Amino acid sequence: MRRAVHLVVALLAAVLLAGCGAAPAAGPAERSLILATTTSTQDSGLLDELLPEFTRATGWQVTALAVGSGQALELGRRGEADVLLVHSPAAEEAFVAEGTAGARRLVMHNDFVLLGPDADPAGARGLGGVEAMARIAAAQAVFVSRGDDSGTHAREKDLWTKAGVAPGGSWYQSTGQGMGATLRIAGEKDGYTLSDRATYLAQREALPLTVLSEGDRGLLNIYHVIEMTRRAGDRVQPEGATAFAEWIVSPPAQELIARFGEARFGRPLFVPDAGKSEAALGG
Amino acid sequence: MDVLLDGLAEALRLLATGDEDTWAITALTLRVSLTATAVALLLGLPLGVGVALGRFPGRRVLLAGANTGMGLPPVVVGLFVTVLLWRSGPLGGLDLLYTPTAMIVAQAAIATPIVVALVAVAVQQVDPEFRIQMQGLGAGRLRSLLALLSEARLPLLAATMAAFGAVVSEVGAAQMVGGNLVGQTRVLTTAAVLATSRGQFALAIAFGLILLGIAFAVNLTLTLVQQRRTADR
Repeated sequence: MRRAVHLVVALLAAVLLAGCGAAPAAGPAERSLILATTTSTQDSGLLDELLPEFTRATGWQVTALAVGSGQALELGRRGEADVLLVHSPAAEEAFVAEGTAGARRLVMHNDFVLLGPDADPAGARGLGGVEAMARIAAAQAVFVSRGDDSGTHAREKDLWTKAGVAPGGSWYQSTGQGMGATLRIAGEKDGYTLSDRATYLAQREALPLTVLSEGDRGLLNIYHVIEMTRRAGDRVQPEGATAFAEWIVSPPAQELIARFGEARFGRPLFVPDAGKSEAALGG
Repeated sequence: MDVLLDGLAEALRLLATGDEDTWAITALTLRVSLTATAVALLLGLPLGVGVALGRFPGRRVLLAGANTGMGLPPVVVGLFVTVLLWRSGPLGGLDLLYTPTAMIVAQAAIATPIVVALVAVAVQQVDPEFRIQMQGLGAGRLRSLLALLSEARLPLLAATMAAFGAVVSEVGAAQMVGGNLVGQTRVLTTAAVLATSRGQFALAIAFGLILLGIAFAVNLTLTLVQQRRTADR
C-alpha cells in the first residue's frame, strides 16, 4: 500500500527537478529593456520584424508588452517600462508635460478607417470622419467602441466630441477589448467601428465590414516613441530607452517600416516619418 | 465549421513538421504548469492534512478560505503577483516579472487552494476508525499518516488532476505575469489568444487542440496510476 504513496512522491520529485533543472536556461543577465506598446504593433506583426533587428544591431533584448496606449503610458509613468511606442498624441503631450518622460519623437503613421456594414444604414459612406460619426449617432446605428483607453478609443472619443455627440444608449456598445476582438464583434452585430488600417487589413478576409470613411486628416494615426527617465523610477534604463528610440528613427529601421506589409497585403501598412513635423503629415 | 477542420489540420501539420515554435511553446506550457502543480502539492498536501486532522482555532475559517480559493480568478492572482513583482514593487529586486518562474509562482497560487480543499476532503472521508486501528497495530505517527494518505490516494490523485487542469488552462495570470513573450513566456493559452486577435483562427484552434492533447496525456497518466493501484488490491 505504501508503494502508492512512494510512487506519488517520486513523481512529484521528478517533476520538481525537471522544472528547476530547466528553469534558468535563459542564460546570464543580458541587457534587456521593457517596451510598452500598443496592440496594433503586435497584432499587425510589425514588432516581430523590428525587434530581432534591433537586438542584432544593439545587443539589447526587448521585453515587449502589447497593451493599450493608456496602459502603456501608465506603465511608463510608474517606471515599469523603459520606452514607449504609442499612438495617442493628445494624451502623450499631457504625459510628457508631467516631466517623468524624456525625448518624444515621431516614428511613423498610418490611418484610421471608419468601418461598417455594406448596407450602411446611417449613410456614412464617403463622408469625412466627423460628419460620418454625426450621421451614425443621428441614426442611432450600432457603433462598437473599444472602450479601453487605447489610442484608437481616444481618437474615437475625439471624433465624437468634434461631432458634438455624447454617445450613449443601446446603440453605443463598448467591448473593452483589443482591436481584433472589437472588429469581429462589430462584424457580428452589423455595426460601425473605428479601426487602425493595419489591423483591419490583417483581418479583413474574415470580416463582413467595409471601409466607409477614410483619408480624412482627422483620421491620421500617428505613432511616437517616448523615452522614459530615472525620474519615473530608480530602475528605469535610460540608456536602453535612448538606444531603442534612436534606432527606430534611424534609416535602417525606417526602411523596414516602409516595406512592412508589402509581401502580405500588397501595400505597406505604415508610413515612416522620422524627422518630419507632425503638422506636415497627411497633407 | 471549416475553420475547425483547418485548425485540426494545422495542429497536425505543426506537430508533424516539428515546428520549433510550437514545440517550444508546448514544452514551456508543460514545464510551467507541471512545476506549478508540484509546488501546489508540496504546499497543499501538508496544509490539507493539517486542516483535515488538526484541532485548532480558525480551522473551519481556513477550510472555507481554501474552498473559496478553488474559484480564485486567475486574472486577480496575476494582478497581485504582477504588482508584487513590479520594479517598484516589494519583490521588484528579484527581476522575476515576465519570466517562467513568475508564471509558476502565479499558477502555484491558483492551484494551492484547490489542493488544500480537495486533500482535506479526501483525508476526512477516510473512516476515522482507520487511524485508530493503525495506531492500535503499533504504527507510529508517520507510518499511520502514510497509510492514511495511501487509503485516500484516489481522491488525492483527483486533486492533482484538478490542480493541473486549473493551471494549464488558465490564460489571465499567464498573460499578465508572463507577458506572452516569444520564446520566453508564450504558452499555449496565450499563444491561442494572440493568434485569435491576429485573426489566425485556424492557428488558434490548433493551439487549443494541442492544449487538449497534452492535458489528456497528463490526466491519462495520472488516471492509469490511480486505477492500476486499485486493480492491484
